[in-house]
Amino acid sequence: MFMNFEFNVEGGNFTKAGTASSQVKKILKQLNVDSKVIKRVVVALYEAEVNIVAHAWSGKALINISTDRIDLKLTDEGPGIPDIELAMQQGYSTASSAVREMGFGAGMGLSNIKNNCDELEITSEVGIGTVVQMAIYLNTK
Amino acid sequence: METGTFHHALKIREDLCVGCSHCMNVCPTEALRVRNGKAILLAERCVDCGKCFRECPSSAIIIDHDDFNYIFDYNYRIALLPAIFTGQFHEEISFRQIHSVLLDIGFTHVYEVENGAEVLADAIQDYADAHPEKKPLISSFCPAIVRLIQVKFPSLVDNIMLLKPPLDISAHFLKKELLEQGIPENEIGIFYVTPCAAKIAAIKEPVGEISSPITGAINMDFLFNKVYHRVAKKSNETCTLPVTLPLSDMARNWSLTNGEAQHIKGRCLAIDEITNVIDFLEKLENDEITDIDFLELRACDGSCAGGVLTPGNRFLTVERLRNHNSTTKDIAVQSNHPDAFRPITECSAYLRELMGIDSISPRSILKLDEDMAEAMKKMDKVNQILKVLPMIDCSVCGSPGCHSLAIDIVNGEADLKQCIFVQRALEQKGELTSDEGNRILREIWGFEKTNKYRKLK
Repeated sequence: MFMNFEFNVEGGNFTKAGTASSQVKKILKQLNVDSKVIKRVVVALYEAEVNIVAHAWSGKALINISTDRIDLKLTDEGPGIPDIELAMQQGYSTASSAVREMGFGAGMGLSNIKNNCDELEITSEVGIGTVVQMAIYLNTK
Repeated sequence: METGTFHHALKIREDLCVGCSHCMNVCPTEALRVRNGKAILLAERCVDCGKCFRECPSSAIIIDHDDFNYIFDYNYRIALLPAIFTGQFHEEISFRQIHSVLLDIGFTHVYEVENGAEVLADAIQDYADAHPEKKPLISSFCPAIVRLIQVKFPSLVDNIMLLKPPLDISAHFLKKELLEQGIPENEIGIFYVTPCAAKIAAIKEPVGEISSPITGAINMDFLFNKVYHRVAKKSNETCTLPVTLPLSDMARNWSLTNGEAQHIKGRCLAIDEITNVIDFLEKLENDEITDIDFLELRACDGSCAGGVLTPGNRFLTVERLRNHNSTTKDIAVQSNHPDAFRPITECSAYLRELMGIDSISPRSILKLDEDMAEAMKKMDKVNQILKVLPMIDCSVCGSPGCHSLAIDIVNGEADLKQCIFVQRALEQKGELTSDEGNRILREIWGFEKTNKYRKLK
């Protein structure tokens, strides 16, 4: 058994950043998923959402929930990441000063995602966009 | 439908309830439904915030307190009085007059609840320092908030500080003082004058404690009336002097908004009113808000000054408490009186031993099923049902909104035909007779409301 959910993420709209993660949180609570797992999913998804809002033009989040794992796939149309390894480093950020002034762009996003995921794969094409695929395992009771 | 699993001070009087559904529409945890023309309370969902009590136009929701005469079962009858009680009266009425009337009507001692804060303030700071992993530490002061977190924010349960509120600390202190005077325990009755339903529920069924040191609870509006009639006739000059020192500024303001947070080190926030708290906790749970050290969260607007059982205006109550200064006529006390209690801080060490509470466990009302696969099936059904509902949350179905109805249907507690829009469509398709439709409406709203127009004809 699995369930799919899709959310649009609007580039540049910081007031809406976190909509997908809030919705997913609500769903996972209803599914009685362990609250520590929910937290990891929500943090990883929120960071990935903010990345799209801060850097890309538009994107979407696909969430697949099954009883043993949660897969999150965020696809955006945006500038892409030229050096993924460098972007993964804590504190590294290409966020504009305007974005930083809003309290985002501390360079914690991708490393925060990494810390909360069991699987992480990032593919990117400069000038086209980025795909972030994450998976978090559920401890089957 | 009330399961009786959780004690609630809020009760619905069926004889007075007119099934107007106002309560159902304001409940922050969707704990009310209308069936057979009456509101019913779902015990596992209710957090005793009292919003429904405030809203009810026919006074059908009551807060079940102890009979006043119950105090006379005890030879030593202590009124455990919140500072906001004094704040219900006009500035010209002194604490001395209020105190004196409380003795006239039967109490043997009067003690202000917030004295407990004198010991608690340091304990919270030590607790915060010792538990950095619990950051942001959430105050356990408001029992409605503790219950709200248990049912709606299970992941934040571990952030609640496991310390008793000033009420319990003061009660433990009073018990010790009286026991040391050689008074047998069964002769001591400690009665809390409560500004809200949640505190009663917390006394009758404490979360994280085995039993409460408090004997009973008396509603503040009830006691206010009893005192109000007599207090004006009391001369401030001739009435009995209090025997316990007045509260410090910190203690007196403890139950007001920011009364607690301002005394804790670091980045501390005070948030009052339950929907504000819910909004904030949603963000906190998403990690959208970080780096906060301490959260003072209170269910009522204006904290306890806005408690549902406070007869006065909350802004005036706050004004009176804040304006108080030690030069007022309230300062006179007879601290050498044989009935006088020691300053509570002299018992700090003893009280701090008793201050801890056991772990608080989550009891989510959001989960559709214990088993995840089962919950997924149910969610699928809920989503299917939502597709045919109008999504206008009219609550004619007897549930607070379309989403609630969908969940109630999946849980076998409601029927899709309860939706008036669905009914209309079915009638048109010839799949439901109008008699059948009327019967369904009657089962929700009762005979009278569904027949008003017919009678008119």
